[in-house]
Amino acid sequence: MGIVLDNLPKIEALPGGSIALATSDFLINWSRNSSMWPLTFGLACCAIEMMAAYASRFDFERMGVFPRPTPRQADVMFVAGTVAKKMADPIIRIYKQMPEPKFVIAMGGCANCGGPFYDSYAVVKGVDKIIPVDVYLPGCPPRPEALMYAVIKLQEKIRKMKVKNYHGATALQETGARKLS
Amino acid sequence: MTDKTSAALKADQMFINFGPQHPSTHGVLRIALTVEGEVVVKAAPDVGYLHRGMEKLFEARTYSQALILTDRLDYISAMHNNLAYCLAVERLAGVQVPLRAEYLRVLTAELNRIASHLVFFGTFAVDMGAFTPFLYAFREREMILDLFEMLCGGRLLYSYVRVGGVSADLPAGWTEKCREFIAFFKPRLKDYDTLLSTNPIFKSRTDGVGLISAAQALSWGLSGPNLRASGPDYDVRKAEPYCVYDKLNFKVPVARTGSCWDRYYCRMLEMGQSAEIALQCLDALAAPELAPEIMTKGVPKMLKPAAGQAYAHVEASRGDLGFYAVSDGSLSPYRMHVRGPSFLNVAILQEILTGCKIADVVAILGSLDIVLGEVDR
Repeated sequence: MGIVLDNLPKIEALPGGSIALATSDFLINWSRNSSMWPLTFGLACCAIEMMAAYASRFDFERMGVFPRPTPRQADVMFVAGTVAKKMADPIIRIYKQMPEPKFVIAMGGCANCGGPFYDSYAVVKGVDKIIPVDVYLPGCPPRPEALMYAVIKLQEKIRKMKVKNYHGATALQETGARKLS
Repeated sequence: MTDKTSAALKADQMFINFGPQHPSTHGVLRIALTVEGEVVVKAAPDVGYLHRGMEKLFEARTYSQALILTDRLDYISAMHNNLAYCLAVERLAGVQVPLRAEYLRVLTAELNRIASHLVFFGTFAVDMGAFTPFLYAFREREMILDLFEMLCGGRLLYSYVRVGGVSADLPAGWTEKCREFIAFFKPRLKDYDTLLSTNPIFKSRTDGVGLISAAQALSWGLSGPNLRASGPDYDVRKAEPYCVYDKLNFKVPVARTGSCWDRYYCRMLEMGQSAEIALQCLDALAAPELAPEIMTKGVPKMLKPAAGQAYAHVEASRGDLGFYAVSDGSLSPYRMHVRGPSFLNVAILQEILTGCKIADVVAILGSLDIVLGEVDR
C-alpha cells in the first residue's frame, strides 16, 4: 500500500526544506509490506480465484503484489488449494527455497483445515501441519477481495515486526513456534 | 548446426524435472523430461499431486452432499460436473426434470463453457509469451461470473444444477444482463483473432507443433476440442443429446491437422457457438409455456435409489465427462466412478512430447488444456 505521510513517526521542518525522520523498523517494514511478491503457485480451485485477483478487475499489482515464478524471488506463498499428501514434500522444499523473511497465507478451507476433504485419506488437513502459516483465509474458494484482505492483514503484521530480534522471521519464530517439523 | 555439434550434443542426456511447481503446468503436474540437447527423448507425466480421494469420498456422502465434491473436480467448468453427476443420479433414481430446468442447465453450461475457454485463451497466451490476452479474457470472464453470482451466489463453484432440476430460477433482470453480455462478447471474438490467433509469432509457435493424428487421438481416448482438432467429429451433445440439445441449432467446429493452433482455434470457434446456444435458450425460456415453476419438483432431500447402476456423460469444456454410479439401495452411492477427460488427455503427452523441442513442451501442454483437479481426482 502507499505511504500516508501523516503516519510517518516524525516530520520536522528545517530551513531549506523538510526532513522526515523515521525509525529503521518503520522504513524496513514499510518497504517490505509495500512490495510483497508472491510465488506463482496454485494447487487447486483457489488458484483460479488467485489468478482472477491478478487480472483485470481486481488488479493486485496496485498493492505491490506481483507474482514471481521462482521461490528464490518470492516473499510470500499463497497456499491456494488442497494440499495432497504427495504434494506435501514439494511444498516444504519450495518453502525452504524462499529467502527470509518469508510469509505464508493459507488460502481457502482446504489449506486451513482440509475443508470439504476433511475425511479424505489423501489430504493433509491444513498446510500448517507442514509449514508455518501467518494468515488463515477461510472460504471455498475465497473471493479475490478476500485474498486482498488477507494481504492487508499480513501487511499489518509486518508493520509490527522488529529488527532488534530479527533473524529473518516474524515474532513467532523467536518463540520457536515457526520451526519446521 | 553442423553434424559434428549435433553428434556432440546427442552424447549428453540431461534430466529435467518440469513441475510440480511451475507457472506453465496449470496446477501441479510433474513431467520428468529426458533431453538430448534441445530434443526431448523421453517424457513421463507424473500425476497425483492433487489426489484428494474424491471417488472414495462419494461413498461417505449422501447423494445431495456429494454434489459439492463434483464442483471441485474440474473447477474451471463446475456446471458441467454438476450436470453430469445429476444426470447419472437422476437416471439411477428415475427422477424427472422440468423442461424449464433443462433449458437453464443448458444455458448455464454453455456460459460456463465460454468462461472455461476464456481461461484457456488467457493462460495459453501467457504460456506463449503474450500477456495482454489474459487481461481481456478475464475481463469478459468476470462478466459471466457476475451472471452466475446473481443466479446462485457462487463465483467459481456453483452447485447450481441439483438432482431433479436446478437450485433457483432466473432472478429479475438476469435475462437482460445476459443478452447484454452476449451482445458485448460476440464482437470480442474478432478482437481475439486479430490480437492472438493471426499473430505471426503465436502462429509460428503453435501451428504445425504437437501434431496428433486422428488415429492417435482415438487410440489414446482423447475427447472434446483436443479430439475434434485432429479430425474425428465426435461431440456428446450431437452423438447422444442430453437435456434439450436436440432442440437447439448449433455447429461443432472440427479441424484436421491436430496441431496446437488447431486445438486452440477449435475452442475459439466453440465459444461463438456457445453464445449462439445461450441466445436460443434465452429465447426458449421467454416462451409462455415454460413459465417458472418449482425447480426441483418432488425430489426428496434424502435420495434413496433402488439397487442398480447408471452412467451418464456430457460434453464438458474439456471433453467427454462421465459419471458411473452404483447404488446398493442405501443413502449414499456404493461406488461412483468419474471418467475425467483431462486424465485421458494428459496421458497422450508421453507420446507426443517425445521428439519435440523443449520449447514446445509448454505449447503442447497448454494446448491440451488440462485441469489437474480432474486428472488426479
